[in-house]
Amino acid sequence: MNERAPNGPASNQDVRDTYITCNEVITFLLAYLSGELPPEKEHEFERHLAVCPSCVAYIKTYRETVKLGRAALTEGPENAPAELSSELMSAILGQRS
Amino acid sequence: MASATPVDDEASLVAQLRAGDEAAFEQVVRSYGGRLLAVARRIVGSEEDARDVVQDAFLNAFRSLDRFEGNAKLSTWLHRIVVNAALMRLRSRRSRPEESIEEMLPTFLEDGHQTHPSVEWGESSDVLLERREVRELVRTAIDRLPDTYRTVLLLRDIEELDTGETAEILGVTENAVKVRLHRARQALREQLDPCLRRDLRKELV
Repeated sequence: MNERAPNGPASNQDVRDTYITCNEVITFLLAYLSGELPPEKEHEFERHLAVCPSCVAYIKTYRETVKLGRAALTEGPENAPAELSSELMSAILGQRS
Repeated sequence: MASATPVDDEASLVAQLRAGDEAAFEQVVRSYGGRLLAVARRIVGSEEDARDVVQDAFLNAFRSLDRFEGNAKLSTWLHRIVVNAALMRLRSRRSRPEESIEEMLPTFLEDGHQTHPSVEWGESSDVLLERREVRELVRTAIDRLPDTYRTVLLLRDIEELDTGETAEILGVTENAVKVRLHRARQALREQLDPCLRRDLRKELV
């Protein structure tokens, strides 16, 4: 018979597998934030975050980073959309002929 | 003469473009040109390159009008053409020395804890962004990212392309886009953190 025996009771390995580190949380953060983790992994993330203020702060500042990046390149007077110069307008319209 | 008003009847505008109507071309360039120039500037960096990119992109767009599908938005279609033209320009001159992304990523102890535990920043992004020097700091930090990562950050977080579109435009897998985006955000966060964290915030003020 080729089939392996069905899973028995939880082994030490199973217990170790449920423990994740800050390294894993931060490495797989994008998948977590995008809701792409399998439910059991997501549960492990939440257990970790419940006891790890450092990872909670990391996630908060990671999200702030995304907002800062977007705004720094699109907002403020230095990013106000410029009108095309008349030279560029003429160059664009002239090149069609 | 057409003015820089929003385009509210795209279908008829596209029909006019296809018929070779000069006023319609001018209206398109006036309505979308400024925004597209800003997109090109974000990707290629220099004003001169950005102008060339926009010029090339409009030329391409006008030549390939027959490939514009009526169910897409004209602004979205033009945006993609400019992004493509800007990326081509970037590739053609990619030679600047770059720092390795690995050097910019967070580090961990052997037991998996962060080498430097994270703390929240002193102020929210909304408050921080009111300061010009913070916006400047963020732009400088984005500019320091290696091009491979900076490009993905720009396309996903700033130009708001989705993962599939970004993968297609860059010719890489969706998984590569996700990995690069996450690393780019992490590297950006690492650079900003020393200036913005609550316990060391004085440096920037």
